[in-house]
Amino acid sequence: MKKTLFDKLWDMHVVKTFDNGPSVFYIDRHYIHEVTSPQAFKGLEDKGLEVFRPNQIIATADHNVPTLNQELPIKDPLSATQVSMLTDNCNKHGIKYYPLGSEYQGIVHVIGPELGFTLPGMTIVCGDSHTSTHGAFGCIAFGIGTSQVEQVLASQCLLLSKPKRMRIKVDGKLKQGVLSKDVILHIIAKLGTGGATGYFVEYAGTTFEAMSMEERMTVCNMSIEMGARGGLIAPDQTTFDYIASTLYGPKGAELEDKVKHWSSLKTDSDAVFDKEIHIEAATIEPMITYGTNPGMGINIFDQIPSDSQDNELAKSLNYMGLKPGESLLGKSVDYVFIGSCTNSRIEDLRIAAEYVKGKQKAADVTCWIVPGSKLVEKQAIAEGLDKIFQEAGIKMRQPGCSACLAMNDDKIPEGKLCISTSNRNFEGRQGQGARTILASPLTAIAAAVHGKIWTADAAIERNQSKIESQSR
Amino acid sequence: MEKINKIQSSGVPLPIEHVDTDQIIPARFLKSTSKEGFGENLFRDWRYNGSNANPDFVLNDSKYSGNILVAGHNFGCGSSREHAAWAIHDYGFRAVVSSEFADIFKGNAMNNGLLPIEVSSAFLQELTEAIITNPSTSISISLEDQTIAFDDKDYQFDIDGFKKKCLLEGKVEFDYLIDMRDTIKEYEQNRTF
Ligand code: SF4
Repeated sequence: MKKTLFDKLWDMHVVKTFDNGPSVFYIDRHYIHEVTSPQAFKGLEDKGLEVFRPNQIIATADHNVPTLNQELPIKDPLSATQVSMLTDNCNKHGIKYYPLGSEYQGIVHVIGPELGFTLPGMTIVCGDSHTSTHGAFGCIAFGIGTSQVEQVLASQCLLLSKPKRMRIKVDGKLKQGVLSKDVILHIIAKLGTGGATGYFVEYAGTTFEAMSMEERMTVCNMSIEMGARGGLIAPDQTTFDYIASTLYGPKGAELEDKVKHWSSLKTDSDAVFDKEIHIEAATIEPMITYGTNPGMGINIFDQIPSDSQDNELAKSLNYMGLKPGESLLGKSVDYVFIGSCTNSRIEDLRIAAEYVKGKQKAADVTCWIVPGSKLVEKQAIAEGLDKIFQEAGIKMRQPGCSACLAMNDDKIPEGKLCISTSNRNFEGRQGQGARTILASPLTAIAAAVHGKIWTADAAIERNQSKIESQSR
Repeated sequence: MEKINKIQSSGVPLPIEHVDTDQIIPARFLKSTSKEGFGENLFRDWRYNGSNANPDFVLNDSKYSGNILVAGHNFGCGSSREHAAWAIHDYGFRAVVSSEFADIFKGNAMNNGLLPIEVSSAFLQELTEAIITNPSTSISISLEDQTIAFDDKDYQFDIDGFKKKCLLEGKVEFDYLIDMRDTIKEYEQNRTF
């Protein structure tokens, strides 16, 4: 039987399958953070149980931490309690923890890969839906609820039924100004927010092969936004080189040995998927969303759909303060957020810095740039990116989830329009009544400079005639 | 977990598609370290304008009551926060009906004694309309028989056999896994990769 990469990884991790029932599925790596773990530890303690495999767990504080003055105590008492409970739980159970103040703290899906804890062929879970990020390394990685966090703490396993398999192939070279974020927003707009429910996705084709690991992480990160359980990309030389550069990844002979095994982690040439999708890279332009779920996205040069029968659309546009058939290009914006586990890595900051260098942020735009981790922050400072931002009038903040879910003080005020590199534009996601437009870091920084929805120069030039015909 | 089998109740209609977990329970209410009390903030930003109840939202409409939430397509998409399932259960619902559930939400619901019932779009529409026309429409659910019925209509729904057993017996997955720990150790020792 020919197998997909997903099948191979699945089979390797099945401990046992119940007759006509789920499989006991082994988890190699468990990431935890302060928001979805306290109840799980409590459950374990109430039952008088120990953590089964503490060495396979990595913890950090990211969801509700401040992004300014992190050296001071957390002001919000509820956030402070969650963080101190995480500290206590890690100490008590001997779990490796990167707290605020540690040189490796950051968003859980940023630090795992960059420190070398995420490796090809692993199964990875975390009480956070964007765990799919780690699929970029050829892993089965997915988000779980708190009951399941407790199960993994207690047994290093979950009870799972096998999802269906989908392959999304994108081939060819991306146009200038089109980033991996645009590719995934394009895919989600095509499939819709529930279009991959019940599936695990493999991304394949020359476009993904040409991407860096950071770009691949951006793609896999958003798999959940079309309902997929997760998304993965077969590991290759790009993956192995990335791992060789990490702090705790295998090195030397150990790495060579592992690479031999990892190289076999591929879909067999005639393996069958339950569903296949094919897209030409050249058809993709910079993308933005106009509605209140990530599937409501368009090419930035197109207009918002205008189906008067569509109640969902009407409800979304009402919340967003937008009109059917409206063009978004040129519309003024209030906030720009560059950050989150989707786009807060060093390459994202470099893209923003390159664009903004020698330019100024528009006076009436508030722009937050939030690196994904202390290591990203350190690298940005070493490269002088923080200075470039500062000269443009933008202050680089400290690592955390920040305005991605606005559990800390980084909230977008009610009614304000924010161009965000994060992954969700749900009502209230960035603060009560906040209006979110998802975009790539290049589109986001262009908006910060122009004070209106704008994008890469190359894309603007390419679409000049379309822009003119619309403004007529 | 309490056992679940038969539910007979009127229903609360929420015919909105793609209701995400940020609507079910906004992130600012996730700071609790216990599982209780989330029902108070269920659908918080739809339910209240500031601190006043929004009279247009269905949970504030005294016409509707009961412990069955009749939702729209792709219910529970978005985050993995189990707080969404806790909030719905804590508010008093015991079943949610939709034509599709997001995977993680569905799992979280079943792990907390909240029954997600997946029906066809046509049945969902008929049920929603029936409740809106007559809010006291009685809905009967039998998990054992996998049926949901109202007026003279019924529907046979699918549910994972193992999850069904767990819900009927009030047993949680956790207990199965704990019993498996020796087998799991054996697996760890025999791994070749
Ligand atoms: S950045 Fe946003 S999506 Fe990513 S882990 Fe944090 S809250 Fe979740």
